[in-house]
Amino acid sequence: MAAKRFPIEASHVMMFARAIGDHNAVYLDEEKAKAGEAGGIIAPPTFVAAAAQFDPDYGLRPRPDAPWFGSGKHPSGLVRPRAAEPAPGGGESSGAARGGGRGGGGGGGGLHAEQHYEYRRHLRPGDVLTAKTQPGRTWEKESRRAGKLKFRETVTEYYDQNGELVIIARGVGMSTERVIDAGAKEPKAQDKE
Amino acid sequence: MALKASQLKVGDVHEETVVEDLRRTQIVMYAGASGDYNPIHTDEVFATKVAGYPTVFAHGMLTMGMTGKMLTNYVGDGRLTKFGLQFRAQVWPGDTLTARALVKALREEAGQHFVDLELTTVNQNGVEVATGEASARIDG
Repeated sequence: MAAKRFPIEASHVMMFARAIGDHNAVYLDEEKAKAGEAGGIIAPPTFVAAAAQFDPDYGLRPRPDAPWFGSGKHPSGLVRPRAAEPAPGGGESSGAARGGGRGGGGGGGGLHAEQHYEYRRHLRPGDVLTAKTQPGRTWEKESRRAGKLKFRETVTEYYDQNGELVIIARGVGMSTERVIDAGAKEPKAQDKE
Repeated sequence: MALKASQLKVGDVHEETVVEDLRRTQIVMYAGASGDYNPIHTDEVFATKVAGYPTVFAHGMLTMGMTGKMLTNYVGDGRLTKFGLQFRAQVWPGDTLTARALVKALREEAGQHFVDLELTTVNQNGVEVATGEASARIDG
């Protein structure tokens, strides 16, 4: 399920940095990056979340030859293909461990509860990563608002083109037994619309 | 510029507003860059009619990416050794997020100085949307 080959490319790093609103020259300007302490362009610390782009079977990317659960003119009527499974690098439908929302089922699917990274070094354009993903711990918690919460950890090790371990990513996905009680404490999103 | 252990003390705080009035377009940009196209984040019809949310909401990893911007602005480029967050509440279009790093410890291992930070990212109502920790190599 993981990316077999994850090439780190400068234009992808630039797009990712723009998406997180980070205009640090170290992510997009080769000359300025060379003059700084990183000695060249590096990737932002959460960049391996984009490994999903290189996972051929990633369930949260529409493809022309398969049904997609997002809407067109109307809702598709389909349920989400994979629930509560965090992507290896940390891209999953995300949300709130405690802040409300719907778990499981055909709604948003599982929630991204936690993400942790350990860096042996930071990535540079030209690196080519391979990922080894293993299931980690699983545990359950009882919640008043959503019944049994099931947590599942996934640990992904990223190795570079020289076989060196560069980043360890540990993600925790959560699914709920039932829809979280909408009347419970929830950010007042509706007030902002 | 890197941080210096000699100029830091436990209890020091660095904070930045990492996004003001989060635009739906930025969530779309994050979907495109990260490859996480879950319609819950960008498809209003799906988010409201199918999933039952008030509207779309941001990827937790977008909150983490923005929190990371504050961190690297503080500790310098390429200096993080650890970075972890728990996602505690959803981030909605229109939210303004402030990310904060609190110095918990300064330590030295084999001649290398490190700082351990406690992280909190809050929205405009003061609700913690993410909390966690990070460590970084710093100068002496």
